Amino acid sequence: MSFRNAPQAVAHDVNKADLFTPEIRTAIDAHIAKYPPEWKQSAVMPALSILQDAHGGWLTTDLMNDLAAYLDMPAVSVYEVATFYGMYDLEPQGRHKVCICNSISCMLNGSEVLIEHVEHKYGVKVGETTADGRFTLKEVECLGACRDAPAVMLNKVYHEKLTPEALDTLIDGLE
Amino acid sequence: MTDKINIEIDGRVCEAAPGEMIIAVADREGISIPRFCYHKKLSIAANCRMCLVEAEQGGRPFPKPVPACATPVGEGLKVWTRSPKAIEAQRATMEFLLINHPLDCPICDQGGECELQDVAMGYGGDVSRFSERKRVVLDEDLGPLIATDMTRCIHCTRCVRFCAEIAGVRELGATGRGEDMRIGTYIAHAVTHELAGNVIDLCPVGALTSKPYRFTARPWELTGRDSIAPHDGLGSNLRLHVRRGQVMRVHPNDNEAVNETWISDRDRFSYAGLNGADRLTVPMIKREGEWQQVEWTDALTHVAERLKAADSADTGWLLAPNATLEELYLAARIARGLGCDNIDHRLRQQDFRADAADPLFPWLGLPVAELPRQRAILLIGSHIRQEQPLLAHRIRQAALDGAEVLCVNPLELELNHRSTQIVSTPARMVADLAAIAKALDARGSGVMADLIGASAPTDAHTAVAQTLQQADGQGVVLLGALAEAHPDYSLLKALAGVIAEAAGVRFGYLPAAANSVGAHLAGAHPAILPGAHPAETTRLAIGAMFDKPLTSLVLWGLEPDRDVIDAARAMAACERAKFVVACSAFDAPSLRTAADVLLPIGAFAETSGTFVNAGGIWQSFQGAVAPPGEARPGWKVLRVLGNLLDLSGFEYRDSAEVREELAALCAEATPDNTPRTNQAVTGPTLIAETGLTRVGAVPCYALDPLVRRAPALARMPGAEFSVRLHPDQAAELGLADGDCVRITQGTAQAEAHLFIDTRIAVGTALIPAAVSGSEGLGAMIGAITLERLSGRTAYCERG
Ligand code: SF4
Ligand code: FES
Ligand code: FES
Repeated sequence: MSFRNAPQAVAHDVNKADLFTPEIRTAIDAHIAKYPPEWKQSAVMPALSILQDAHGGWLTTDLMNDLAAYLDMPAVSVYEVATFYGMYDLEPQGRHKVCICNSISCMLNGSEVLIEHVEHKYGVKVGETTADGRFTLKEVECLGACRDAPAVMLNKVYHEKLTPEALDTLIDGLE
Repeated sequence: MTDKINIEIDGRVCEAAPGEMIIAVADREGISIPRFCYHKKLSIAANCRMCLVEAEQGGRPFPKPVPACATPVGEGLKVWTRSPKAIEAQRATMEFLLINHPLDCPICDQGGECELQDVAMGYGGDVSRFSERKRVVLDEDLGPLIATDMTRCIHCTRCVRFCAEIAGVRELGATGRGEDMRIGTYIAHAVTHELAGNVIDLCPVGALTSKPYRFTARPWELTGRDSIAPHDGLGSNLRLHVRRGQVMRVHPNDNEAVNETWISDRDRFSYAGLNGADRLTVPMIKREGEWQQVEWTDALTHVAERLKAADSADTGWLLAPNATLEELYLAARIARGLGCDNIDHRLRQQDFRADAADPLFPWLGLPVAELPRQRAILLIGSHIRQEQPLLAHRIRQAALDGAEVLCVNPLELELNHRSTQIVSTPARMVADLAAIAKALDARGSGVMADLIGASAPTDAHTAVAQTLQQADGQGVVLLGALAEAHPDYSLLKALAGVIAEAAGVRFGYLPAAANSVGAHLAGAHPAILPGAHPAETTRLAIGAMFDKPLTSLVLWGLEPDRDVIDAARAMAACERAKFVVACSAFDAPSLRTAADVLLPIGAFAETSGTFVNAGGIWQSFQGAVAPPGEARPGWKVLRVLGNLLDLSGFEYRDSAEVREELAALCAEATPDNTPRTNQAVTGPTLIAETGLTRVGAVPCYALDPLVRRAPALARMPGAEFSVRLHPDQAAELGLADGDCVRITQGTAQAEAHLFIDTRIAVGTALIPAAVSGSEGLGAMIGAITLERLSGRTAYCERG
């Protein structure tokens, strides 16, 4: 949504040097530098990914608030982004994420079988984490790999044309 | 835009400006296009798709229906809003919107005035093809004013855009996606902006409704009556919804010159005070300390006798500045008919040294609608968002358009736009203005010349001066309620005038109450006669009335311990007086103590009358409901009193006749803020440079007796009695956040909790006035001392 005259920048009452770690700040700054200075908030998506990776794969409201302050944007705008996209998780996650695509092509090619298989074999429902904390099962929208459906994203790596057995092998390889 | 083009809508040729949206042209032509997300005052979201129409340009049809709210017009555009293709698209959208909308109209407060219901009648199918499960959304608590039923939300995002664009607080948002999308704050917190109630009107469905009004009436039981808001100086145009003699709720009426299409929460929710339990419903006389109910004739005869017998030089009339023009005029006539010129409406002012120079018809200095076009606005002593919520919105519009907003205040304001704020103690405010004047090369005369001469402008002062100069005449210097309450108001006024003149910008007042401007026209002023004519001799202004113990007092529409600048002195003066008659709509404890006779008068909505707003516009209204019990409209009470006192010319048939008589006297009056004499302001500054100064800002929802009695507004944050100090100041005094402190102001004392607040100037303590707890204190701005109370006291235990 674009606002006619919404405040582009919102100054928060915090010292930016106290936010995050120096490494994280450098990483976020690299993204900020890609945009015109008054469009700092364009870096919100990569910044959220950086924060999520550094925080065990999920985001807290505090982290989002800090990012809002860091990018001079309203906190609710950060929540809007983080709740919209499937790649951001707002609850504690397992050590790995098994993301099974369940959009049209993958569904026609058997992704539901994959999901059922994982649910039964590992005792997790979609959105849940295995009892040993090894992985979280996620159902995601089209991964853009329809040609080789069904597709699964393991953490950040794509695996295509999967059968339940092939998926098992992959999961077995996870610590 | 000069070059108009012609387009065709449903076969009708319509004139349009290039770039306008189809829906705006259609609205102007009275062609109705269904819509949910479009609103003329908000940005275009085009997300509901209800406004789909068929169109072609230059003979080439658009391949699919286009949203009328987001399609700009161009030469040769033809639009069909009711063609089979358009209707089919609209029906399909309607079907989608209803998929997740609950079928709970019978228990929905919006039922009967719901845009979705209306449009569904026109475009909806009668059978739903959707047999899957509907979604349910959890509600969020948005505070005491706005009720939520978010399952009904159709995601038009009007509320989100309102908060971001008009209120300037990005608090609401749309989180989640698809079926999981929901409108809310994500982290539940109350929406506290002073204009937030407008989302109730904006929401096309029953997702956001009014909490106080909820489940009390159905729209088809209500009768609409036009009225004018009785609180701030803007005079928003209102539509009162009445059922069986009771105001059930308040909506805005559109008026571009005044309130556009908005009203503040104060104007929207204060009506609840009318229906409270403490209305004064019968005339009463105190006999030997006992209150006795009496007949009107007895009460008025008694009052007439006492007033006639009293020495007019020892009588005083205090009139609320939100009384109607008719009431003020008649009261002023009676007072002067009795030979008494001690009459005043400036209840929250303490410095009257400039009375001889003050303009006769002070006003905003420019029409309200011109505020957004200013290039620079200097606010002096104004907590603008609390005092004038909608003028603050106009100023924000100017700021968004690139204007510079400058402030000289004893506290830093939370403005939702760019601003430059000079924050200093009340004493320093005088020096700040002198420094700005010096930076503008202004001289002034008398005391001012000394002040200006002695000042050394800092960069901040010079920057303010330059900004004003660069506005090229498109600027204004405005004095607010905190300036008015200042012990050196006359100096602030004179300096502000000098600054405006030197910078070549306009100068104006932010009239604190609905009829502050009108009171000057009505002659409710010791130095001004009706029609804004100067009086030959200036009599006692309210300050002097309290100093000189008067024997008789008339109080009109006010509570002496809340509505007067110095609550302690006002109560003491009432106690000293031998005879006090209070005309009031409310049976306040302070009136029971202070008065000898209580006369019940109609409140807002219960009398006809006129208010003159900040822009000098006369706005008349009719009574919408009858006053409760024996209470009578104030002008009628005064008419009878005038006759009982044998004063001539009190045979008015209706309030319009009173207004016409006054209007004839005002024929020559034009709003003008130039001081009447060039005579130098006399006297040194009255305020101590050292020590701690109280700043008693009046919270938004404590302004007048009516708004203080609205239960929902009383639950809003910000109205609690407390002491706020800058951390440095607290450290200097050895006080900490949460301490319980005793406030001593002259002989007056009170106790309160202390809060640390970095927005407050060092040397200043923000201690609100007009709220419960503040009654015992003195002037709104004045020297105080604070002392920590070690043991917990009764007050602090309650707090
Ligand atoms: S709550 Fe009402 S105004 Fe806000 S998005 Fe939903 S339907 Fe629109
Ligand atoms: S549907 Fe699964 S990758 Fe596109
Ligand atoms: S009104 Fe046009 S899309 Fe909503």
